[in-house]
Amino acid sequence: MRSARKTATLLGGVAVVAALALAGCSPSTGSGDSSGPVSQADIDKAMNTPTTITFWSWVPDLKNEVALFEKKYPKIKVNTVNVGSGADQYTKLRTALKAGKGAPDAVQIEYQYISSFRLTNSLEDLSKYGADKLGSEYVDWVWNQVSDGGVWGIPQDSGPLGNLYRTDIMQQAGVTDPPKTWDEYAADAQKVKDNTSSYISNLPGNDPGQMVGFFWQAGAKPFGYDGKKSVKIDLDSADTQKVVSYWNDLIQKGLVSTDADFNDNWYQGFNSGKYAGWPSPAWAPVFLQGSAKATAGKWAAAKIPQWNAGDDVSGNWGGSGDSVLSSSQHKIAAYELIKFINNDKESTLQFANKQFLFPTLKSTLADPSFVDLKSDFYGGQQVNKLFTGISDTVDVKFEWLPFMDYVYSSYNDTLGKAISDKTDLKKGLTDWQTAVVAYAKKQGFTVTQ
Amino acid sequence: MTAAPALAAVRPPRRRRATPAKRRQWIAAYVLIIPFLVVFIAMLVVPLVYSGWLSLFTSQLIGGQQFAGLTNYVNAVTDPKFLSSVGRMGLFLLVQVPIMLALALFFALALDSNRVRGKRFIRLAIFVPYAVPSVVATLMWGYLYGKDFGPISQFFQAIGLGTPDLLSNQTIFGSLVNIVTWEFVGYNMIILYAALRTIPAELLDAAEVDGAGAWRTAWSVKIPAIRPAILLTVIFSIIGSFQLFNEPNLLHGVAPNVIGTSYTPNLYAFNVAFVNQDVNYAASLAFILGIVIMIVSYVVQLSTNRAERNR
Repeated sequence: MRSARKTATLLGGVAVVAALALAGCSPSTGSGDSSGPVSQADIDKAMNTPTTITFWSWVPDLKNEVALFEKKYPKIKVNTVNVGSGADQYTKLRTALKAGKGAPDAVQIEYQYISSFRLTNSLEDLSKYGADKLGSEYVDWVWNQVSDGGVWGIPQDSGPLGNLYRTDIMQQAGVTDPPKTWDEYAADAQKVKDNTSSYISNLPGNDPGQMVGFFWQAGAKPFGYDGKKSVKIDLDSADTQKVVSYWNDLIQKGLVSTDADFNDNWYQGFNSGKYAGWPSPAWAPVFLQGSAKATAGKWAAAKIPQWNAGDDVSGNWGGSGDSVLSSSQHKIAAYELIKFINNDKESTLQFANKQFLFPTLKSTLADPSFVDLKSDFYGGQQVNKLFTGISDTVDVKFEWLPFMDYVYSSYNDTLGKAISDKTDLKKGLTDWQTAVVAYAKKQGFTVTQ
Repeated sequence: MTAAPALAAVRPPRRRRATPAKRRQWIAAYVLIIPFLVVFIAMLVVPLVYSGWLSLFTSQLIGGQQFAGLTNYVNAVTDPKFLSSVGRMGLFLLVQVPIMLALALFFALALDSNRVRGKRFIRLAIFVPYAVPSVVATLMWGYLYGKDFGPISQFFQAIGLGTPDLLSNQTIFGSLVNIVTWEFVGYNMIILYAALRTIPAELLDAAEVDGAGAWRTAWSVKIPAIRPAILLTVIFSIIGSFQLFNEPNLLHGVAPNVIGTSYTPNLYAFNVAFVNQDVNYAASLAFILGIVIMIVSYVVQLSTNRAERNR
C-alpha cells in the first residue's frame, strides 16, 4: 500500500535526522574553569555546601578512610563505587567520558595510565588547588609519576618489587638464604624442582605489569612520551632482551610454571603449594591473605634478586593515585577528598597497616607504627622495614605511553602468548614491539626508538 | 499446477470512505503500536544509523576525527585478525550447529514419542541451562575445566589418567562448542517440540496404519512436517554463532592467552572500540559482520526453498 511506504519513509527520515543530530553532539570536555588558583575562601565555601560526590576506586574497605573524611567534612557525602579493577574500570571510565555523563568526580588511576587520560584532557590540574605544595611530602620517583607540567593526581600507593617466598617449601628444597642474584635464583629454581613438587614461582602470560616491573629493575626505559605528539617505543632493547632470555631459559627447563594470574586456578595454586614464591611487591598480601588464607604465616619477603652481585636496584609494579576529572561539577570537594585520604596521617596509616597498600607519603613511611609492624602473614617479619628500603632503590625516571590499554592488551597476544605457550620469548618480545609501533603510527604519533 | 478457473476481471479493492468505527480502530491500532515503534526507532534504528555514520570516519588519538569514506571497510576486509575470526566462527557454525540441532531434534522427538517417563521433568531439565545467565554458565564451566583443580581434572586424576588441559590452544574450540551447545540445546528443543505438537494427528494415524514404527515415523513423517521450524532454528543458530561474544569474553579471564583479543568478530570489535579506542573502525567491523550474517542466512534459506521446490 502506498501509505505504508510513505509511513516507512517518514519513519526512516525521522531516524536519520535524529541520528545526525546525535552525531553532532560532542561530549562536554569540562566546565571550562578559569585557570587562576583557587582561594581558601572558595575552598571553605565548597566544603560547607552540602554536596554528594562519586568516587570510583577498587581499593577494598575504602569506606573506612572515606568515613574519616566525612567525619571531618560532614556536609560532603561520598559515594564510593567499585566498577572493576584496572583495565575494566578504565574501559568504563573512557566510555563515560566520551558519552559526556556518568563519569565520577574522583577516580583511582594507576600511574601508567595517567598520560592516557591527560591526552584526552580528562584530568584536572590540581596545582591550582595547592597540590604542588605537597610534592616534597611524597617519595620522589612516585611524585614524578603524577606531576609533569602540572599535578594530575595524588599518589596513594606504590609497588616496589621484592621477592616473596614460602619458608617451608624453600627449606624442604634445601635453600637456606633467599637468592641475591638472578643466577642464584635459577640455581634455587632447580633445587626446588628436584626436591619438592613445587615451582619456585609462576610467570603468567597475562601480566604485562609484572614484566614491565622486571624491565624497570633491569634498567630498561622502554617507553617515552613528550606530552605532545612524539613517543619513544624501545621494547626490544638489550636490557629487555636480557630479562626475556632469562625467563625463557627457566621456562624451557621447566623450572617455572606459566599459569595465568589473578584467577581461581592461580589462587588454588598458592593454596596447594604449587608456587613456592612470587616476585611481587608489598601489596601482594592484599590478594593472598583473602584467597590463599591457608598459607598465611608461611611467607617471608626478601629483596628482589639482582642482575649483578652487589647491586641494589628494584623496579615497581603497580600502585595508583587518585585524580579529579575535569568534567566534575564538584572539583574542590573531590580534590579535598583525595588529598585527605592520601595525606591525612590516620588515613594513610590505615591504608598501610590494615589494607597492605604500600605508602608513598614520606611521613607514613617513617612512622614507627608502620615500620616496626610485625606482619602475621609473613610469620612475624617486619616486612615494612624491608620494603621501605626497597622503595628507595627504585629507578626515579620511568615513563609510560599515553595508550597503555593497547600496550597491555597486545602483550597478551604476543609476548604473553609466547610465555603461556612456552615458545620463543624473544620472538614474542619483537612481535610486541612491532604491534605497539604499528598502533602508535596508526594513531598519528611520531615514533622514535 | 492445475489451471486456475478463469475468473471475470477482478476489480482491485476500492478504498472506501472510513466509517467512524473503522477510523477509531485505525487510530487505536496506531496508538498501540507507537510505544513499540518509538523504542524500536530510538534503540535500534537510530544507533544503527549513527554507527553507520561513525564508520565513515577515522579517528586518531593525535588528529581527531576525519571523514574517510569507505577506508574503514577496505581495511576491515583485508584485516587478517578479522578475517581469521570470521573464519573461526564459520568453522564453529559448521561444527556446533549440526551437533546442537541434531541433539535438540533427537530430544524433541524422544519427548514427543510418549515413550519417555517423567516427560515434564526431562523437558525442564534440558531447558534449564538456557535459563542460566551465560555469565554464570561460563564461570561455572571455567571452573569445571580448570586444569589443576577442576572436577573434570580431578576425576581424571582419580582414575589414574593425566589431567587434560581443556583450555589449551588445541582444546579451547571444543570446550567452547560444548558450553554453547549445553546452553542452547534446550531452547531449540522447545521450538522443535512445539512444532511437533502441531502435526495433525491424521498424518501420524496414517503412518501407523501403514505399519511405520516409531523411528520410521520420526524420519519420514515428523521431520519433514516440522521443516519450517528446523529452518528457523538453523537461522537463529547461524546468527548466534557469528555473534558469539559472551562465552569467549568470560573464558578470557580463565585462559587469557588462548582466547586472544580477536577470537570472535564481536570480541574483536569490542576490543577495537574500547581498548584500542577506535570506535569508527569497530563500527565498520560490526557492519561487515552484519552483512556476512545476512548473506549466510539468505544462502541457507534459498537453498532450503530450492530443495523444497524441487521435490
